[in-house]
Amino acid sequence: MLKIWSMQQDANADAAAGTKKKKVTAAQLRIQKDLSELALPSTMKTDFPDPDDTLNFTLTIEPDEGMYKGGRFHFTFAIPQSFPHEAPKVKCTQKIYHPNIDLDGNVCLNILREDWKPVLNLQAVIIGLQFLFLEPNASDPLNKEAAEDLRSNREGFKRNVRSAMGGGSVKHQTFERVLKT
Amino acid sequence: MSQPVMVASTLQAPTVPDSRWIYLDNVRQKKGPFTDEESFDASGEAVSAMEKMKLLVIGAGGLGCEILKDLALSGFKDIHVIDMDTIDVSNLNRQFLFRQSDVGKSKAEVAARFVEKRVKGVSITPHNCKIQDKDDEFYMQFNIVICGLDSIEARRWINSTLVDLVDNENPESLKPLIDGGTEGFKGQSRVIFPTMTSCIECQLDMHAPRAAVPLCTLATIPRQPEHCIEWAHIMAWEQEKPFPKLDNDDPEHITWLYKKALARAQEFNISGVTYSLTQGVVKNIIPAIASTNAIIAASCCNEAFKIATSTNPSLGFEENYMMYSGNDSIYTYTFKHEKKDDCPVCGNIARNMEIDPNFTLEEFIESLAARPEAQLKKPSIRSEQKTIYMQSPESLELKTRPNLVKKMGELVEDGEEIGVSDPSLGSVNFKYRLRFSKPFKSH
Ligand SMILES: [Zn+2]
Repeated sequence: MLKIWSMQQDANADAAAGTKKKKVTAAQLRIQKDLSELALPSTMKTDFPDPDDTLNFTLTIEPDEGMYKGGRFHFTFAIPQSFPHEAPKVKCTQKIYHPNIDLDGNVCLNILREDWKPVLNLQAVIIGLQFLFLEPNASDPLNKEAAEDLRSNREGFKRNVRSAMGGGSVKHQTFERVLKT
Repeated sequence: MSQPVMVASTLQAPTVPDSRWIYLDNVRQKKGPFTDEESFDASGEAVSAMEKMKLLVIGAGGLGCEILKDLALSGFKDIHVIDMDTIDVSNLNRQFLFRQSDVGKSKAEVAARFVEKRVKGVSITPHNCKIQDKDDEFYMQFNIVICGLDSIEARRWINSTLVDLVDNENPESLKPLIDGGTEGFKGQSRVIFPTMTSCIECQLDMHAPRAAVPLCTLATIPRQPEHCIEWAHIMAWEQEKPFPKLDNDDPEHITWLYKKALARAQEFNISGVTYSLTQGVVKNIIPAIASTNAIIAASCCNEAFKIATSTNPSLGFEENYMMYSGNDSIYTYTFKHEKKDDCPVCGNIARNMEIDPNFTLEEFIESLAARPEAQLKKPSIRSEQKTIYMQSPESLELKTRPNLVKKMGELVEDGEEIGVSDPSLGSVNFKYRLRFSKPFKSH
């Protein structure tokens, strides 16, 4: 009995040899599914600098309503190999004036950190990001000054958003021009 | 060295080499109330079959030390152990196969030598490398694989490797996977029959993701020393980039984070930031409890023994997951975790598919629609290296469209695996291992 097993084993070992590391990883497979199910509104676009690497890409958001209307915002997405156990790492590549995004591009979005769950998908993250531009909120501040402005003086905050988006300064901080036109 | 042994004069004293196994043999050679009559073999042949089994232990750390010792004392004779780590002085409190003089040496090698010396007749082969460095042929030689790991990545890798090894034509290709894990006073042991029962990927939701504090708390209102350290780790480092890449094992890098965190803690009147806490938070170290490791390792080795001998029913086909908690007194709960049909690893085993490498990608995609198991209308396809074709999003479709006119032989190698997804399938993915039916003519 054992003899036959070991013979079979040898034959199989030959077949298995050379197949090392040519397997699609679980993270790749899952992100492929998430990407093929993405349903993006016309205000958002993805771009893949290296199409073979679907774990790293950029997202552009062009809000068509709200205080950030007329802007074009870029984010990088880095999907870890541990995805979906761990959330995608998302950063804004521009220096913008936003209560939930700091000057280095870190984003405070609950589902990117404390509320991430493996059942969430890329679509949920992207919709969450878009929501930040429609409804910036002062209660989860990453940029304390902007949050304070939003809380205390909504109209002043709106003016600050417009001037920052145009490449102007708000309280000695100069921002990047992010207007589409 | 002789020890006085008390034996009744009428009984024959057991000979020294066998005395260690006398109680074990009672279990291995006598039927018990739970023994499965069909698979249990009480003859000495069963014992020698067990002794011929080859086991692989993954990890020679806190759990691994316990597992190696337990397996050797359970009567297994041929054990391999794989671990890429070297011994650190902080391991010595619980990784009891290591001594002060071993610091800096390979964990796998030192552990193997120690157990071989203490348990005569056992052979332990160390592999001082990453599990990813070994190929399918290496894993094929084992009968049972036991994991004592602290990383989810490594577990997922070995899980998918063992699932992919399964070949229905060859019963030996099915390697029971026994996985132990501990976190402080909590732990679990589980048994997986790859492709047949719920796998590690199916059970991914059982690992609570690392508890995270909202970024805005870190940025604006830190309340605990850990918040200051996380802030230094996530935000200050990114902003100042004092070194090109953060290396958690570089004391200079940890010192930088420690000083940043300390300054921030002072600013917010928070006490408790220390160097070792910084190291612990950055490396996500959960204090290891030696007794938890001992209990979980014992459970894992008990399962290995039962699988190898059929003396008692093992975890696996019915209940497959035992969780243990020592936080408030002691509690264990054993249950059946169901296999997921849409599991990306075991829910779709790579099927072999013969293709003509001279077909274009477009022709290949059309042929997928005709396959009864798939009936893919809008398939997206990738290999490990390449995004071959994506139907969406638009930007990827545009970039991969030129591939449609290329021949399959240009896009994949003979024997390469592809992943196929299709929104119409919901959550199911397909994997195919492509075999060329003809030689590929590139022109
Ligand atoms: Zn599974």
